[in-house]
Amino acid sequence: MNLVKGIAVAAVLSATLAGAAQATTLSDVRDKGFIQCGVSQGVPGFSNPDQAGNWTGIDVDVCRAAAAAVFGDADKVKYTPLSAKERFTALQSGEIDILSRNTTWTLVRDTALGLNFAGVNYYDGQGFMVRKDLGVKSARELAGAAVCVNIGTTTELNMADFFRANNMDYKPVVFEKADEVVAAYDSGRCDVYTTDRSALAAQRLKLKNADAHMVLPETISKEPLGPVVRHGDDQWLDIVKWSLYMMVEAEENGVTQANVDKLKASTKDPIQRRILGLEGDLGKNLGVANDWGYQIIKQVGNYGDVYEKHVGPNTPVGLPRGVNALWKDGGLQYAMPVR
Amino acid sequence: MAADPNSFAASSAVPPKKPPLWNDPAWRALFFQVVVVALVILLGVFLVRNTLANLERQGIASGFGFLGSTAGFSIGESLIEYHEENTYGRTFLVGLLNTIWISFWGILFATILGFIIGIARLSSNWLISKLAMVYIEVLRNVPLLLQIFFWYFAVLRPLPGPRQSLSLGDGFFLNNRGMYFPDPVPEQGFHVVVIAFLVGIAAFQAVRRWAHVRQDRTGEQLPIFWIGLGLVAGVPVLAFFAAGSPLHFDYPALKGFNFKGGAVMSPEFFALLVALSTYTASFIGEIVRAGIMAVSHGQTEAAYAVGLTRSQTLRMVIIPQALRVIIPPLTSQYLNLTKNSSLAAAIAYPDLVLVFAGTTLMQTGQAVEIIAMTMAVYLCLSLFISMIMNWYNRKIALVER
Repeated sequence: MNLVKGIAVAAVLSATLAGAAQATTLSDVRDKGFIQCGVSQGVPGFSNPDQAGNWTGIDVDVCRAAAAAVFGDADKVKYTPLSAKERFTALQSGEIDILSRNTTWTLVRDTALGLNFAGVNYYDGQGFMVRKDLGVKSARELAGAAVCVNIGTTTELNMADFFRANNMDYKPVVFEKADEVVAAYDSGRCDVYTTDRSALAAQRLKLKNADAHMVLPETISKEPLGPVVRHGDDQWLDIVKWSLYMMVEAEENGVTQANVDKLKASTKDPIQRRILGLEGDLGKNLGVANDWGYQIIKQVGNYGDVYEKHVGPNTPVGLPRGVNALWKDGGLQYAMPVR
Repeated sequence: MAADPNSFAASSAVPPKKPPLWNDPAWRALFFQVVVVALVILLGVFLVRNTLANLERQGIASGFGFLGSTAGFSIGESLIEYHEENTYGRTFLVGLLNTIWISFWGILFATILGFIIGIARLSSNWLISKLAMVYIEVLRNVPLLLQIFFWYFAVLRPLPGPRQSLSLGDGFFLNNRGMYFPDPVPEQGFHVVVIAFLVGIAAFQAVRRWAHVRQDRTGEQLPIFWIGLGLVAGVPVLAFFAAGSPLHFDYPALKGFNFKGGAVMSPEFFALLVALSTYTASFIGEIVRAGIMAVSHGQTEAAYAVGLTRSQTLRMVIIPQALRVIIPPLTSQYLNLTKNSSLAAAIAYPDLVLVFAGTTLMQTGQAVEIIAMTMAVYLCLSLFISMIMNWYNRKIALVER
């Protein structure tokens, strides 16, 4: 009996030892044949299941772009819906390969949490939503308010900073799931609902009577949202980062989902030719197929396509491009040169 | 076998030849135990080192230094002073106290309700006993989390907002932000009342001892309950008026978004408290019933035979014996309640799990340390409750003479 125990312990030991040695994320992903992508539990326009149950949104499209680059097939992605609280643990522990879940880039997350941000796919800022009948016109009138907020977010900290800086007291009511926060606000448990302005616009669609609510004019923080990968795997970071840049670069150079096939057959423009993989071996340097850019734009679209499709003015979320316009149009979206 | 009476004595006089070490069962057992313990320790060391190495490799911070840095977030309810400038260590304390707070009240109400239900279950009144049965069967068979959701989302959520609060008199208001009631504020001279209360308790103890002696000597009984009530409650009340009522009430008043002043019980706390105590009470009810039924009916008959009244029989004969059966399983229920209080995180009551293993974990990212601390807290709380209950159990255990 004791001997059996000893053997069992030895077996466990060796199994753990074997597990300790890790392959790179890229080879892992290639072996299993898909990218495991961590998304939200449902933020319309960013990551949300559609009628048919397929995940859609600009965060989802970052993962799809990476899959298009790695496999030449944007559909080779599996999704893990995560609460704000669970998301980093899921990434750290290797449960997911990319976290693309309206996550704010901060120093602590980049360092102490052992993560790397691969860029910014949406520049956001935190805002407040209130009921119109409260008669509040500014966030500075919120002293004494009960505020519903999501646990484990930068929102929770910014809110504390804002009220502290303005010397106002308030009462946080903290929930783990975004849906619980919205429901609590909607039922009147709180006077104020605070999160990123884009998410306010998206979550407002879930309220019983969306017209009875308004977003206050103040933006109290910078929230650069972007995809995240584990620290210490540079190749994988590069792939995710450049997949995102590729979408922006394509928009900047006029390569769209609509004209990509035509351009591939006829373009003489050297930048466009590099984007489409007709010249140079950018793909090879990245460790993916050379037509990775073509695959991303063909299957997912450039940044502008994706934006207009999911969150732009013609969608229910209805967010104007604003600071997310290209740099040459006065916005912040700027891709490093793809060359 | 040859019947030689000396052969046995002779052979035992010469010590048998010692078997080699590896054939000696005692040595072998010892050897294998040492090997197993060593392997377990090795495994532990390996797991810790592997974890540390992996954290290091992934660049994830480790260690307990984070407890000293500024938290920067706010907490909805706190029993101690807490600001955003306080440290993560303080958030731990706030969460811990909130957990103890809800567990304390939960245990208190669950015990009271449980004893009532348990005794009602044994009532000879058909309606009362069936009602108690229905209570027990419904509450103990529905998952606790659902009961918490029921109280929070179905009962408390639909209450009106602050400006349409339900009110009871001037000082009591009920709305979807909580229950507001007047907060007693002691003034100068209130300490007299506290002193009177302590004196009352001491006097009561003295009288009780004297009454025992007197009863042993003369057989006469004093109405000890009424004397006790007079001393413990009456004396402080007299002192209160003698000192000129040194107490006023802080009334809640609608100001801005919500009520200000007064005392408040949040819907999160209330829902959790009601759910925890009614759920656990259903188990305690059954434990109490079992305990009382375990006392043989002969005890009751004997008590009546020596002329004890019904209430004396219950108080002096049945309950002391029933408690011996009740206390050990009751301890388990207390432990369950304390651990179940971690479900608070589901409805935003800022207990240890929500505050420390929630927000603090998220902001620092140090999952290993924080989860370990949180688990250690529940372990310590449970051991502490067990310790108290075991002490009490020993005290009431059958003393054999």
